[in-house]
Amino acid sequence: MIEIPFINLAVIYPEIAIFTASVIVLLVDLFMKGEKQGTLSTITMLGFAAAAIIASRQWFHFETGFSDALIADNFALVFKLLFCAAGVLTLFLSVHYLNREKIFRGEYFFLILSSTVGMMILASANELITAFLGLEVMSVPLYLLAGYDKKKLLSNEAALKYFLMGAFASGILIYGIAFVYGNLGTTNFDEIYRALQGKTLYGEPLLLLGLGLILIGFSFKTAFVPFHSWVPDVYVGTPTPATAFFSIAPKAAGFAILFRLLFKAFAPMMPDITGILWVLAVLTMFAGNLIAIAQRNIKRMLAYSSIAHAGYILIALTTGTADGAKAAILYLLAYTAMNVGAFGIVILLGREGEKDLSIAGYSGLSRRHPIAAAAMALFMFSLAGIPPTAGFIGKFYIFRGAVSAGFIWLAILGVVNSLISVYYYLRVIVIMYMKPEAESDRVITYPLSLMVAIILAAWGTVQIGIFPNSWLNLVRDSVSGFF
Amino acid sequence: MATLEHYLILSAILFCIGVFGLLSRRNAVGILMSIELMFNSANINFVAFSKFINPDILTGQIFSVFVIAIAAAEAAVGLAIVVLLYRNFDIVNIDKINFMKW
Repeated sequence: MIEIPFINLAVIYPEIAIFTASVIVLLVDLFMKGEKQGTLSTITMLGFAAAAIIASRQWFHFETGFSDALIADNFALVFKLLFCAAGVLTLFLSVHYLNREKIFRGEYFFLILSSTVGMMILASANELITAFLGLEVMSVPLYLLAGYDKKKLLSNEAALKYFLMGAFASGILIYGIAFVYGNLGTTNFDEIYRALQGKTLYGEPLLLLGLGLILIGFSFKTAFVPFHSWVPDVYVGTPTPATAFFSIAPKAAGFAILFRLLFKAFAPMMPDITGILWVLAVLTMFAGNLIAIAQRNIKRMLAYSSIAHAGYILIALTTGTADGAKAAILYLLAYTAMNVGAFGIVILLGREGEKDLSIAGYSGLSRRHPIAAAAMALFMFSLAGIPPTAGFIGKFYIFRGAVSAGFIWLAILGVVNSLISVYYYLRVIVIMYMKPEAESDRVITYPLSLMVAIILAAWGTVQIGIFPNSWLNLVRDSVSGFF
Repeated sequence: MATLEHYLILSAILFCIGVFGLLSRRNAVGILMSIELMFNSANINFVAFSKFINPDILTGQIFSVFVIAIAAAEAAVGLAIVVLLYRNFDIVNIDKINFMKW
């Protein structure tokens, strides 16, 4: 007689909500005739809303399930809420864009929803099996999303490059997981933690090899330098709203699993790998910021800037403290708001066929389109980390966490990088406000959905920047039970 | 009698062939095959470790089943992308897919 184990489904209620919405989207797309974009986007929105409500009701419940393979602590829930927010904002960015480029198909919403399911599994993974599964469920729809504009060569190139790099990274990651399993005999994070007691990283060749390969695999996915080479091409070729999604949600998911892996499962090894993370953080910040200076295309510049921002969050990861984890979550929230805003303006100012993406083309924008220019200036200030915006608050807590954990040099190099980044962010503002108007037949319409996304992003940017207290409370609660 | 080391060496050889193929192949389908080799070398490791380290707990074997399923999904998506490139643009050689440079 086989005993059927008790399955605690509560731990995956948000995933179930999103997955249900994704299946309904596919079926409605299949059977509905005529104009269906409104219906499909409403279903998608309801799915995200339901998942967000469920996730916020589970706050402080600390559900675990599936033989401890999944855990829904506050740390996982805050990331689930962030994915829902990113998904909804991406939806608002997409509606107008898909019509303008005439590439609307129902699968678009399905791909966003199903990759969100993967991210949620990744955020609550407490076992290497679920971590790997979540990573793949997240990545596979993203490859397709990159190649979504299938008549365009650049989009196809982006999909192929993303797929090859992603699959290569998965192969390395799974090979590394095999060695960790071989050395410790378990894949559960809590059991890994117990099995690691009394071991040193450099005394166990299999463990060293395994952990190294796992770190390389995740570094590819979250695009740390020197594993970043795919990022600019993929970000440029992908349809712009999907690029905004790429730069936020998968990155946040990658950091969620890295935090759980390094702060929980491999916590006893943390002193040994701090040095590696230190070097990765410095390389990522410098390479991202220095190459971004040379860019002429706004999407390419934002791609390199997203690499640099991953470097700042890597500082928080390096510190290995609760303060670091809190600062990283706050930074990811701030980054979501300001990056969605920046991409929203890029979509607003672009034209059919992904034209008008050069930074020089923004010259004199403030005269004819003062609102768009002012919003772009706000997001650029925030990305550069100038007070009183969200970017400043995020950077402040990351650097303060680094200093209080004794990483003075890392904090100094982080500040130096912020100063470098001011150059290329402010250049956009200077071009918009101080250069004479460019000869352009640019006509801007202000579609409602896109304006909602930009206004929400601007509200988030200002809100976190001026009234950070409630956000700090949220972030403090979200790591409770994690340390 | 095959010991754990034999399996590990076999999987290491497979993994290296996979990485080499991924870096040196010019045909996109060949690259997809190399990726499969990388996944399967990890599978050999999982099953071998499961047999030799703790044969009573099947974590490693279960993991390899999941990896096989994931590899199938990845191959399907990868082939779809390659077929699309071939149909719309008549390209299978990845050296020709290099339109974006910084």
